[in-house]
Amino acid sequence: MRADQSRATRLTLRTIALLYLGLLVAVPVGMVFYNAFSDGLAAAWASVTTPEAQHAFWLTIVMVAIAVPLNTIFGITAALSLVRGRWRGKTIVSALIDVPFAVSPVVVGLALILVYGRQGWFGGWLTEHGIQVIFSVPGMVIATIFVSLPFVVREVVPVLREIGTEQEQAALTLGASPAQVFWRITLPAIRWGVAYGVILTTARALGEYGAVAVVSGKIVGETQTLTLHVEEQFQQFDLTGAYAASVVLALIAVFVILSMNLLDRRKEKS
Amino acid sequence: MTRRLFHVLLACLALTVVACGGTSDSSSGGGGSLSLVAYSTPKEAYEEIIPAFAKTPEGEGTRVKQSYGNSGDQAKAVIAGLPADVVALSLQPDIQKLVDEKLVAPDWNKTPTDGFVTNSVVVLAVRKGNPKNITSWDELVKPGVEVVTPNPFTSGGARWNVMAAYGAQIEQGKTPAQAQAYLQELFKHVPVQDKSARESLQTFTSGKGDVLISYENEAITAQQKGEDVDYVIPDQTILIQNPIAVTEDAKNAKTAQAFVDYAVSEPAQKIFVSKGYRSVIPELNDPKEYPEPSGLFTIEKLGGWDKVMQEFFDPEDSVMQKIQESNGVSTG
Amino acid sequence: MASAPASDVALPRARRWGLVSARPAIAGALATAYLSLVVLIPIAAVLAESMTDGWAGFWKAISAPQAIAAVKFTVIVSAIVVAINVVTGTLIAWVLVRDDFPGKRTVNALIDLPFALPTIVAGLTLLALYGPKGPAPVDIGFTKVGVAAALLFVTLPFVVRSVQPVLMELDREMEEAAQSLGAGGFRVFRSIILPTLLPAIASGAGLGFARALGEFGSVVLISGNIPFKTEVASVFLFGQIESNNTRGAAAVSVVLLVLSFVLLLAVSWVGTRAERHAR
Repeated sequence: MRADQSRATRLTLRTIALLYLGLLVAVPVGMVFYNAFSDGLAAAWASVTTPEAQHAFWLTIVMVAIAVPLNTIFGITAALSLVRGRWRGKTIVSALIDVPFAVSPVVVGLALILVYGRQGWFGGWLTEHGIQVIFSVPGMVIATIFVSLPFVVREVVPVLREIGTEQEQAALTLGASPAQVFWRITLPAIRWGVAYGVILTTARALGEYGAVAVVSGKIVGETQTLTLHVEEQFQQFDLTGAYAASVVLALIAVFVILSMNLLDRRKEKS
Repeated sequence: MTRRLFHVLLACLALTVVACGGTSDSSSGGGGSLSLVAYSTPKEAYEEIIPAFAKTPEGEGTRVKQSYGNSGDQAKAVIAGLPADVVALSLQPDIQKLVDEKLVAPDWNKTPTDGFVTNSVVVLAVRKGNPKNITSWDELVKPGVEVVTPNPFTSGGARWNVMAAYGAQIEQGKTPAQAQAYLQELFKHVPVQDKSARESLQTFTSGKGDVLISYENEAITAQQKGEDVDYVIPDQTILIQNPIAVTEDAKNAKTAQAFVDYAVSEPAQKIFVSKGYRSVIPELNDPKEYPEPSGLFTIEKLGGWDKVMQEFFDPEDSVMQKIQESNGVSTG
Repeated sequence: MASAPASDVALPRARRWGLVSARPAIAGALATAYLSLVVLIPIAAVLAESMTDGWAGFWKAISAPQAIAAVKFTVIVSAIVVAINVVTGTLIAWVLVRDDFPGKRTVNALIDLPFALPTIVAGLTLLALYGPKGPAPVDIGFTKVGVAAALLFVTLPFVVRSVQPVLMELDREMEEAAQSLGAGGFRVFRSIILPTLLPAIASGAGLGFARALGEFGSVVLISGNIPFKTEVASVFLFGQIESNNTRGAAAVSVVLLVLSFVLLLAVSWVGTRAERHAR
């Protein structure tokens, strides 16, 4: 009787969750795929293999490869010190970490130009030393880091709180060094938090338009990420190209999620 | 295991940094390179003009780095340090911003074409077959007519639309006060104010609205791309003039000037015409395709952009700001 | 702290500090430095820009009726969106962790796509599906509901992804014990699972709210941007920047920042309290 009831609840909850996801995400994403391939596979393939699209693809990969590791290291460090440390201003720093989300992407771009642009705070010094930050890859990387900064922290903090410190304490008592404790106990325990943090950071880094667009200078075949390329194709009435490039972005995100699952399975085996 | 992963990540990071360095080096190299910063609409035309220019004696082998975007954004980017040798923007005030920053010479418009590279007119795009029988500005404010136009505060190009509507009233002999009242009434019929002209067109083709205030070249491009739109040229409308200029700190000033000269020459102008623009060389405009409306006027007739920008488009105190506010308060 | 575990006593003093306090403090300093370079300095620049005309200019910018309307609408719609997210997000996370059905991995992979897709594509597809010409029997194009739908789309992953890892690490013994003592499913959820998830839910909700306040790309197409009706704050800001009123734009974004900072501070305070409570 109880089992029946819980089964019914389970089914109801599952149905609601899937229906919601279906209408909100699956159908729109399905439509992106449908539109990308509505002119045939060949047309879609051709539109994502133009030199412009290819360059945009690699630039996107480079941005992700820089922003995600940096934010992951920062995220784990910050989460550990926020949960385990007792220092002044902790609450404020914790709230500051989320601020990048509250800033409209348009304003992020403006802010970076105010600091690193020709007339910006560091602009004079940078120009003197011949360093181009804005309107080149470094500026775009900073913008990407900015908008995807909080994820790892926010994913890891609740998990760290949940697992407590007993195991770590025990290991320390048994004579393990703090480094060993971190690699053998803390990191495995928070791995799901880190994994989801990395997934979200990657996804956000892939999809960001506003902030990156402002600081990119939109130089064709040079400072265009895939997302910027999508916008450009849309501007030029090439909807197939825009949707096909979006499919590529979605596939990169799915690939990252799947590789995270793989990592976990291997870990369970060993 | 995890530690190894960390090392792999570090190695990746190092590699990408090196890769980045490599990319930026290779792009700055190569002789006869030119940076063109332009607004988005003429991209297709420039993609044909650039290879043609590279075949002329003056432009032989020139590589052109291109950047396309919203006209106002592009002007701001150049001010903030985006390298540019040639700027081609949608309206003259955007070039003026660069003149104010001493990035473009004040005499940039002392050329045979007054610094302009292309022309167009503001038109009324309608659904295929013109089901609502739109022929003039007056019909836009009739009950039941929905008009789509971008927000004049987010889209520089939409300012042409507003000034066309306003100027058309003046051209019909109305007083400035009556013309402003018309604008106020017109914006009551606007259910969607997209941020850019291209998005307005998207909104229109996705089924919203009866009329889209647009530029002739945009409407023609839409037709060329297979969109179901017709367009009407009202009797009174504004002549859109798009400027082009060489920047003061152009690295390659001679080639840059040659490019600008080429852009206003006959071969390049023919390419522009094929993309829906009106040429700055009057003989190239086929009167059948590009008829001249009887009441065609320029922005100068309304006092020029400097005056118009202040009076109509100041975001904190202007005619359009007041219209938006009073329409919003009364209906919102 | 009085509640420090007894095992502390057995540790050499230096090492205990090594784990609990000194290292995190250094790490905290490093993290703060990184945060400053990438985030705080640029934000300080915005703050400075908003003040170029002094308080009078700042006040004029933020008290313009159109600015107030846009900020008000954004805050209200964001709050509604977050409330929906809290319920649906927790539900989805629960289904993904505790339930099992064919295709679960695929569903799990779907969650993050709203981030990875360019926001303009999100706007385009939502408009095409649920707009005037869409196949769906509704038309939410250029309405407040449309804005909410776009925001729900782009903020979906927040609550789901913050609740999921905590649910995974959650000890099931307590639940099983409660169940064996006769507690019903809902009661177990309310009195055992929910309190543990609360910090994670709060954290996801806080982030979602912040993102909703600042969202631009996905909203701009579907909202129609009618001032005083469907114009959100970020679109208003964009208009100010495009019309060369950088100062005004900076001032309004400072207001938005303060709003979300206060809210996030509250969330972070709830988190710290929950942590103390747990100890």
